[in-house]
Amino acid sequence: MCIYIGENLTKEGMIRMSRLELDSPKKARIVMEELYKDLERRIESSPPGLCPVDMSRAFLELCHAQTCGKCVPCRIGLGQLNHFIKDVLDGKATMETLEVMEQTALSIMESADCAIGYEAANMVYKGLIGYRDDYIEHIEHGRCTCTYSQPVPCVSLCPAHVDIPGYVALVGEGRYADAIRLIRKDNPFPTTCGFICEHPCEARCRRNMMDDAVNIRGLKRVAADFAGEVDPPASAPSTGKRVAVLGGGPGGLSAAYYLQLMGHQTTVYEMLPKLGGMLRYGIPNYRLPKDRLEDYVNAILKTGVEVKHGLKIGPDITIQQLQKEYDAVLITIGASTDKKLGLEGENAEGIFSAVQFLRNVGKNIIMDLTGKEVAVIGGGNVTMDAVRTAKRLGAKKVSVVYRRRIADMTALPSEIEGAIAEGIEVQTLKAPSSLDIDENNHVKGIYVSPQMISAIRDGRASIRPTGEEDIYISCDILVVAIGQNIETKHFEDAGIPVNRGKIVTKSNGAIENLPGVFAGGDCASGPASVIKAIAAAKVAAANIDEYLGYHHEISCDVEIPEARLDDRTPCGRVNLTEREACERVKDWDGCENCMTEREAKQEASRCLRCDHFGYGIFKGGREKLW
Amino acid sequence: MVNLTIDGKQISVQENTTIMEAAAQNGIPIPKLCYLKGINEIAACRVCVVELEGKEKLITSCNNVAEEGMVIFTNSPKVRRHRRNTVELILSQHDCLCVTCTRSGNCSLQTVANDLDILEIPFKQELEHQAWNREFPLIRESTKCIKCMRCIQVCDKVQGLNIWDLEGTGSRTTVNVSAHKTIEESACSLCGQCITHCPVGALHERSDTGKVWKAIADPDKIVVAQVAPAVRAAWGEYLGLAQEEATIGKILDSLKRMGVDYVFDTCFSADLTIMEEGTEFVKRFTSGELKDRPMFTSCCPGWVRFIKSQFPHLVRYLSSAKSPQQMFGAVMKTYFAQKLGVDPEKIFTISVMPCVAKKAEREMELFYEEYAGHDVDVVITTRELVRMIRSAHIRPDTLVDIESDRPMQEGTGAGVIFGATGGVMEAALRSAYFLIKGENPPADAFKAVRAQGFNENNGVQEANFQVDDITVRTAVVSGLGNTRALLNKIEKGEAHYDFVEVMACPGGCVGGGGQPIHDGEELAFERGKNLYYLDEHADIRYSHENPDIDLLYKEFFGEPNGHKAHMLLHSDHLDDLANGR
Repeated sequence: MCIYIGENLTKEGMIRMSRLELDSPKKARIVMEELYKDLERRIESSPPGLCPVDMSRAFLELCHAQTCGKCVPCRIGLGQLNHFIKDVLDGKATMETLEVMEQTALSIMESADCAIGYEAANMVYKGLIGYRDDYIEHIEHGRCTCTYSQPVPCVSLCPAHVDIPGYVALVGEGRYADAIRLIRKDNPFPTTCGFICEHPCEARCRRNMMDDAVNIRGLKRVAADFAGEVDPPASAPSTGKRVAVLGGGPGGLSAAYYLQLMGHQTTVYEMLPKLGGMLRYGIPNYRLPKDRLEDYVNAILKTGVEVKHGLKIGPDITIQQLQKEYDAVLITIGASTDKKLGLEGENAEGIFSAVQFLRNVGKNIIMDLTGKEVAVIGGGNVTMDAVRTAKRLGAKKVSVVYRRRIADMTALPSEIEGAIAEGIEVQTLKAPSSLDIDENNHVKGIYVSPQMISAIRDGRASIRPTGEEDIYISCDILVVAIGQNIETKHFEDAGIPVNRGKIVTKSNGAIENLPGVFAGGDCASGPASVIKAIAAAKVAAANIDEYLGYHHEISCDVEIPEARLDDRTPCGRVNLTEREACERVKDWDGCENCMTEREAKQEASRCLRCDHFGYGIFKGGREKLW
Repeated sequence: MVNLTIDGKQISVQENTTIMEAAAQNGIPIPKLCYLKGINEIAACRVCVVELEGKEKLITSCNNVAEEGMVIFTNSPKVRRHRRNTVELILSQHDCLCVTCTRSGNCSLQTVANDLDILEIPFKQELEHQAWNREFPLIRESTKCIKCMRCIQVCDKVQGLNIWDLEGTGSRTTVNVSAHKTIEESACSLCGQCITHCPVGALHERSDTGKVWKAIADPDKIVVAQVAPAVRAAWGEYLGLAQEEATIGKILDSLKRMGVDYVFDTCFSADLTIMEEGTEFVKRFTSGELKDRPMFTSCCPGWVRFIKSQFPHLVRYLSSAKSPQQMFGAVMKTYFAQKLGVDPEKIFTISVMPCVAKKAEREMELFYEEYAGHDVDVVITTRELVRMIRSAHIRPDTLVDIESDRPMQEGTGAGVIFGATGGVMEAALRSAYFLIKGENPPADAFKAVRAQGFNENNGVQEANFQVDDITVRTAVVSGLGNTRALLNKIEKGEAHYDFVEVMACPGGCVGGGGQPIHDGEELAFERGKNLYYLDEHADIRYSHENPDIDLLYKEFFGEPNGHKAHMLLHSDHLDDLANGR
């Protein structure tokens, strides 16, 4: 055989490597990349309640597989830690094992060369400290105290425990009115939630393990848009009991709805001219069209709920009076005052609280901001509502001014994107330091101190000043949207316990030492979401019913379609589209487009029906009544 | 109707029929393990998978309904391959030492594995070892549990006690006593329904047959046995005897052939119970003591355990009469010992019961002048009796009818029906009527308390009876879930009764936790019919007409509820409760 020594072969006949080469990923690596993504999504949708010790073991095995093998602590130590965890799980460990584990983990943390080793050991170490009780339970009793607490992820994560697989299946079959009836069993505001719910239900949707969460909120919107008018169910025979509900927001109205269905005559006291609370006076029309809200408020009123407008609790009517007049009183006054910046001049003209600013628009008191500059301080959903509202009021320039980064904002990403698309400026890493007020006591601008992102504390990146000079942002209108408070004064005076600005209740919503007085929603939990207020209303309604000596059950007789037996193949999620930004800023109409029926059918078919498949059919798959 | 094709056969079934039922109705059995109709339809074991034409994934036939146009294959190559794999996986976590298992030959897993011709298991065996108190009447073998969840479901849905639950998560998920309690700490009623609904040998009663053999072998012991009414309705099932062949007389013969010295029928002491409890009821009823709450029967130890843990404030409404088992034990160690002229210490009392809770009942504290020790020394279940007969190599077809020994020989039809739900009530009413009126009612006057079917009307039968101008309001309930619902109604004032009979097991003792097991079948109602047949054909159908009972009172006790009877035949449940028993 003749060996040709050419440019690609060495004397020994080996193939010579080029000096530099472009990586072309091998098939295995492509598949692995896919699997990493799969695993990420799987971890995201991991049900809570898993045994942390067993999960530590699983994580550690993954970490150990990542070791490069160079250094001793990581290559050997992680494996040894894993043996100890297994001993704990197998009931073969003693308390001494824990000590050795802790020492070993510390040693790896402090001696490993790179993050693969020290971060892996840190995970174990955090667990040894953070869930030591679980380790001890395994060691001392050979038993695990954990059990699955989340049979159907979406239902358990929905604060009001709406029967999501049920209504998704109904939407899939085009039975929209039935879907609305089923939703109303747990949530009397299907339309509202279809538009603006924060959809915690989607966070751990098991469909994530395949491709992406089901668009649950979108499908609720479909039900609400296509159902037409659906009458509420008939109320139970009158019990002769009377209940006062203070505050006509989503919490108060929900409680009133259920109490009325249970046969108790309910009266809602609302200080503002119309019902709906923050839904009407906080959330702008382009997010939740008011005519749609009206439909649902009317459906609730159809049950026979009475309303008294214009009375403010405290000045106009006291808790004591209501206690005498009614068999039970429910406080759902929400959180309708603002937090202050605490800067000098905050009461100047042109400075508004977000609640005030948005409420004016809700009341149809329209300010003309044409040609004006508006700055809004904050980073939450209310901030986004304020800037987008300002834009629609004609402002020339609208800016969000926020202390941290966009990634740190509590506003939903879609709200931030929507605002940016509508031409909102976002000034991040700027902390307000002082206000510039003119001689007419009108705001002229705000000084902000530049910040830099810094160490992570309690899981959140903190900020610190960069040391640069303050920056001036000029504005004609300044809106402060840094959170809301609760008007607790009158309640405190009436002997209702208040702590950190919130009304203190027992877990059943009752107030200690005040028989028959209950509270729920934002005023008891602090500012939260609509769905949380509705959940609190359910709790209060059920417990008021019990308090009044009854045990009415709220149920829904809609028959839920059998789960389809089709193979579930990966399929993209249908996202809701929005109207063009340049068009929608010109009016107050809704921004978001609904799905088509065809899209809805496909999206509904993506539901894995965890009520039927998996643990749901064994336990907790469906609560037919409450 | 829904039309579909199963294994090439075109069939039509009612709407909402599961695929499994549709197949079974058409002669196509689909193997299954975890499925228990109405109780456990959770598709966990995956043995009942079938192929739906056009779909990649197999579907379970137990919990999916037949739909129009479906084409189903219950035995395609794919189904066979996966079903077999699944059973092999189950076997890898099951202790397959069948020869020492109580359920060998009556095990659903064994049947499925044998049917699938599985001769070796390709997987590594991984058995789970959980600690368990082997002295407790109910034993759980963690190495045999296949996590079908039936025990959890029966206890939750039928008995309403939630004794079992899943524990742990992930691959280590297992079944254990709920709320991290031990079985002794739990509120287990010992009804044994989890045992009779277990498809394998993971749950069983503590075996006490060794103690019986030991006593028989002891020359210093006089071994005396009693056999409960419900045993006769079921013992023959395991031995291949037809119901009419499987008589009480043959059980007594088998016991004698095994070496038991004296044999008795618990129907005798059931009659004695009626005398005591009937008299007590008439007294409490006429004194107005039962205006707010009814008197409850006390002969079911599962129920007594239940009321003590779940409704302790109602314990004082329990009849103070001991159960027939305990009464007979007391009589054996006093009256009968005297008759024999021996010390009570020499008498070793055995009872054959359809029940697991009886094993705990025998440990009850005694308060009065009873023989210092226990009324009953060993309790064996119907299943243990059958195991003893088999281990004694007795051919069932050679057994003959023999009579009970004297002087506690006679048992009435009223005593026999104790074994079925409603029986105690009916027997008590027959005698209570006599006590009030001084004459017998027609024997079938109180038939209205009998069940109309298994768990019909949620296990409750209500009936009011008129005796002259007095109305006696009665209710009979079986199954502890049903019992809880009834007690809640009573407590809420939605129902009012004077006398309530409760049996822990659905259908009464005939469906007891110690009875022969037939996976997927509820035989209580059928077995109960047998007892009612025996009652109908009995010479004597009123407890108060039992001549041997009459003699017992004349010679020994004096009168029902008299001093001596009180000392030997009654117990103090409140004292029990106060002492945490």
